[in-house]
Amino acid sequence: MKKLLALLTLLTLLAAVMPLGALAADEVVNVYNWYDYMDESVFEQFEEETGIHVNKMYFTTNEDMMVQVRVSPGAYDLVFPSDYCVERMISEGMLAEINMDNIPNFVNVEPSLRNADYDPEQKYSVPFMWGTVGILYNTTMVDDPVDSWSILWNEKYADSIFMLDSIRDTLGITLKYLGYSMNSRDLLQLNEAANKLIEQKPIVKAYYVDETKDKMVAGEAALAVVYSGDALYSMELNEDLAYSVPKEGSNIWIDPMVIPATAKNKENAEKLIDFLCRPDIAQKNCEYIWYSSPNAAAIELMGEDYTENPTINPPQDVIDRCEFFHDIPDDFLSVYNSFWTKVKNAK
Amino acid sequence: MTSFQVPGWGYVLMAVGFAAFIALLIAYIVVNRGFKRPVFASPYVLWIIVFTVIPCLLVAYFSFTDPAGNFTLDNFKSFWDANYNTRKGIDPALLQQYQDMGLSLDDLGLGRNPINIDTLVFSLWMAFLCTAICLLLGYPAAHIMADREFRLGPTLVVLFVVPMWMNFLLRTIALMSIMEDGGLINTVLNWLGFGPAKLLNTTAAVQVGMVYNFLPFMVFPIYNVLNKMDYQLSEAAMDLGCNKWKIFYKVTLPLSIPGVVSGITMVFMPAVTTFYISRLLGGGKVQLFGDLIEAKFLSTSLNEWNVGSALSLVMMVLILLSLGLLQKADPKGEGGGII
Amino acid sequence: MMKVIKRFYLALVLAFLYVPIVVLIVQSFNAGKSRAKWEGFSLRWYEELFRDPDIIKSLLITLSIALLAALFATIIGTLAAIGIHAMRKRPQSIMLTLNNIPMTMPDIVTGISLMLLFIFTQVERGFVTMLLAHITFDIPYVILSVMPKLQQMNKHTYEAALDLGATPGYALFHVILPEIVPGVVTGAMLAFTLSLDDFTISYFTTSPLVQNLSTLIYSQARKGIKPTMNALSALMFIALLILLLLVNKRTRDEE
Repeated sequence: MKKLLALLTLLTLLAAVMPLGALAADEVVNVYNWYDYMDESVFEQFEEETGIHVNKMYFTTNEDMMVQVRVSPGAYDLVFPSDYCVERMISEGMLAEINMDNIPNFVNVEPSLRNADYDPEQKYSVPFMWGTVGILYNTTMVDDPVDSWSILWNEKYADSIFMLDSIRDTLGITLKYLGYSMNSRDLLQLNEAANKLIEQKPIVKAYYVDETKDKMVAGEAALAVVYSGDALYSMELNEDLAYSVPKEGSNIWIDPMVIPATAKNKENAEKLIDFLCRPDIAQKNCEYIWYSSPNAAAIELMGEDYTENPTINPPQDVIDRCEFFHDIPDDFLSVYNSFWTKVKNAK
Repeated sequence: MTSFQVPGWGYVLMAVGFAAFIALLIAYIVVNRGFKRPVFASPYVLWIIVFTVIPCLLVAYFSFTDPAGNFTLDNFKSFWDANYNTRKGIDPALLQQYQDMGLSLDDLGLGRNPINIDTLVFSLWMAFLCTAICLLLGYPAAHIMADREFRLGPTLVVLFVVPMWMNFLLRTIALMSIMEDGGLINTVLNWLGFGPAKLLNTTAAVQVGMVYNFLPFMVFPIYNVLNKMDYQLSEAAMDLGCNKWKIFYKVTLPLSIPGVVSGITMVFMPAVTTFYISRLLGGGKVQLFGDLIEAKFLSTSLNEWNVGSALSLVMMVLILLSLGLLQKADPKGEGGGII
Repeated sequence: MMKVIKRFYLALVLAFLYVPIVVLIVQSFNAGKSRAKWEGFSLRWYEELFRDPDIIKSLLITLSIALLAALFATIIGTLAAIGIHAMRKRPQSIMLTLNNIPMTMPDIVTGISLMLLFIFTQVERGFVTMLLAHITFDIPYVILSVMPKLQQMNKHTYEAALDLGATPGYALFHVILPEIVPGVVTGAMLAFTLSLDDFTISYFTTSPLVQNLSTLIYSQARKGIKPTMNALSALMFIALLILLLLVNKRTRDEE
């Protein structure tokens, strides 16, 4: 009995100490990122060079991320939201100003991508990647030209279409398909888009975000709405796949790095931002996740591999027909939410 | 929602509360010169107040207030009409503009939106189906195993118990991997020449997932009751000239009701509230009430916690009501728990 | 004939329950990534599993939460059971009803209500909050396994001990506890198993930084199932099987 008790005590003490070792390092930076959005060896390199331990956490959509950053103050030091969310986070006072003196590598950032609408004074954010939204399709399964969103409503491809399980992206492309702005605040247009999506639901195979690329590689569907980097990743693994940004236009986005106002390790986060802006690191990342880089120096290092690839380096006419998302104020966000719930719950 | 800057006063509260508790306890012991055994339950009483009663009250508080903390019934109106808060948030002048154009709220998609109730009804229907299927599949299985002439019975029951304790998630994933396009079932179907079938991302897939997850919870309590049943009763019935079916109908079935009730409770409840089974097997196409609640809390940039709390409260009340009804069928709780 | 049909039926139901699990375990030993093709036996995914720091971390977190939660729940629950057992009829039935609340409440509501509590009181969600939540749902089960042992005990031994001059504390440790140890151990094991397995409540009460195996599996499953997840699932299944066999053996020994 005594022995048993002693053993139990020992076990419990061990149990209490175990995670402490795993959780507590001297210098840490808590990174909250999208899945598969970083060459993890970059973090290892950062740890080796600076001795700062990187804690990695992941989210699936911008909306999930916003909730977590709000309800867990202090849990995150570096976050990778999309442009329109940065806009909202700035207006809600959720972000800390970045000390640009600590980011000497900011000089590498493409000038045309600085001072964007979401952060006009470039006080809160540093661009990490950018890209487009388009259709990834399997050329062995699709014989029509893929140049319009309308193909996603083509019953020929019933049960062979993946849509994004993400409110702004999916409503956005539908608005675009109907010839409206992705940031529409017209009730009639929004309602039309929602009804269009409800009409499409029976032929959709699934609403996914992170699952899409592997399933497309496996040939489980003919068409999928994806982000450009996921498209390139899949095309690399399955040569039957191709990517197209439809003629009606699409979304072009920038994902910047930001530091929440409640961050506990702001300086370490700034060190990591600077590290990620280093040309060799930006190149490494870009070659791993296949999104478009805002880092001019890195692009130079990559040369033609980068510049000649129309998916990662889209021609001007593609960029011209694309639109940035902007933050939607609460009253209309509520409309978006309501319509999206209607789509998701439609039978 | 504000961003919280102050370090958690919850910890301070917990520390103060704990200290107060210890002080009270010591005072009690000193005054009474010793203590009676019921005092042993006091830490648990404290625990249950802090971590069960107060959280429940919080859910109730959130469901009767707006994000600013004022009393309101809007959250329940939103349950009835999912567009209620949306309409209220929009500038009336803007709505008037549309109405001047001769458009009704319905034309704008902002009329009454019954999505919450529809989803709740759908969830209840799915849970009902799941319970019925589990009962139909599970009762015969329990009956066979409880047969005294079947030696293997007690051993096989253990096989039913094991998945009961196994992670739901893990089992759902196991199911997901055999139902996938490249999974076992489709491989076999392909090999037989039936071509790939659409298995995942359907209502049926979610239903199968629910049955798969909850079946053991039906089998076990029924088996327990049947196993404990006085065997001589059916022998007596046999002596009185009843045939097998009549014995079952007149003796076994009525006596097994407590087990059935317990099984129904244990299947129906989690089936109504699940959210990950539909998420993993439904591919985002099938939404249950649990998904709706989860989304209100964890995947919207708007603050919809109050509405989410109201939905949770509705669900809780519904479950308590059905539990109460079930308890009437088995007042002594003979079916027993899962242990 | 009837017998054959009956056995066949049982076999079918069991197959329904076990085929997916068996397939999962078999796949975890497949050398290739494909689910459809067998490319030879290999421990590759297990190796990768143990090289993945995220998984190791969440494994440690799961184990330590389960151990700590079981420990605290057992202490609080055993004391509570002794206390409740000694109560008069009215307060006893109130306590037993209260004890039923956490067990009848749907997991998602328990999780959300605790999340609201922690956020409302500005307690940062993480290891501690997950532990508190686990203790909360563990205690009722400990009470339920200790109660029957108390009821079996002779009512008067405790009073006799006090009459013979034992202090209540002495009587607790030397008279009551030894009698109910089997129930306590069963309760502790139940608590451990429950905690090891919980997904929903952990999902709402922790931050993305502190993941237990369930929440990790969930987030990974949303990206598609990787072979390492099969290996992890297989390991968890085996661990659970062993635990349950132990619990089962104990309950049988007691009977």
